[in-house]
Amino acid sequence: MHDLIIIGAGPAGITAAVYAARKKMDLLIITKDIGGQAAWSGDIENYTGYQFITGPELTVKFEEHLRKYDITLKENEEVTELKKTDDIVSVKTNKGRYEARTAIIASGKKSKELNIPGEKEFKNKGLTYCATCDGPLFSGKDVAVIGGGNSALDAALQLINIAKHVYIINITSNLGGDAIMRQKVQESKMVIVLNNAQVIAILGDNMVNAIKIKREGKEEILSVQGIFVEIGLIPNSEFAKDIQKNQFAEIKVNPYNETDIPGVFAAGDVTDVPEKQIIIAAGEGAKACLSAFRYLAQH
Amino acid sequence: MAKKVLVYSTPTCPYCIRAEQFLAENNIPFENFDISAGRQKAEEMVQKSGQMGVPVLDIGGEIIVGFDKEKIKEALGL
Repeated sequence: MHDLIIIGAGPAGITAAVYAARKKMDLLIITKDIGGQAAWSGDIENYTGYQFITGPELTVKFEEHLRKYDITLKENEEVTELKKTDDIVSVKTNKGRYEARTAIIASGKKSKELNIPGEKEFKNKGLTYCATCDGPLFSGKDVAVIGGGNSALDAALQLINIAKHVYIINITSNLGGDAIMRQKVQESKMVIVLNNAQVIAILGDNMVNAIKIKREGKEEILSVQGIFVEIGLIPNSEFAKDIQKNQFAEIKVNPYNETDIPGVFAAGDVTDVPEKQIIIAAGEGAKACLSAFRYLAQH
Repeated sequence: MAKKVLVYSTPTCPYCIRAEQFLAENNIPFENFDISAGRQKAEEMVQKSGQMGVPVLDIGGEIIVGFDKEKIKEALGL
């Protein structure tokens, strides 16, 4: 049995792991990927010590720091269940089962899905959750961005330089997000904003060729070859069924990163910590590890 | 003989950069196609992989979608 299992290897999980390794704790890290959302970030200019660094570069730095220590890292592994019975935290994954005296949940957030017909079928076949990555594939094509907040506006602004027309399908009556971005979007002749519009299906053959939307009670079909889903993020917290969460499915933690289950801690974007930032997640990871260390000393 | 490695990527895609870094770290020579630079390579990638997400790696004819470290290692025999 391990002292500590850390779930996730983004800024929070990696920082917790560095602290744990330095405390010589018997440690296991289980994660789907390295870097988490930080790996997907573009330019980072607010991580102290780096005036400018990109998400992938910072991820490499994190990974190098982590691998300096002799740690056990299970990559490409997904946690499906976390339970505490007696004094043991048991973690089930798609590949195995592990036990520890404490755990830190640092599994972050992921893109929210639409949950409509055609979404799964056409994922990566015209439908994407990363405008930054896949945008250039849609040069000269008609595309739709689903959403109305900052991430949707950001995607639309990236696409106006690439695509032919950009539809913004916004479910509310007005666009949200920052005023500056909203203005840029509204000034662009390439962008067509459809408010009060709900996407009800993704259509296509091998690849996406249209979306079906509902507006003012009427159904319409828009011919598009690309669909960018930007409707926000949800925490990766489903596997922690018995843990207390808030209305957004974020795990509730106190200032010591304790959850309502003794010995189970949480850190970073998966929690209800105010502000989701790389540097905050890293700091929360450090705090969670120190709390776990204290817990082990006392139990 | 070493397998020919082709990477289809966009300059702004974080996992493309991670994939290229991974190949470089393992001293694997590869040819990188920036598919934002021209439609021909973009279409070639879609044709090979049957999908539109980057990165796509062609390792001696074996097509790997995304930065899937395990599959890349396996294909390269690392």
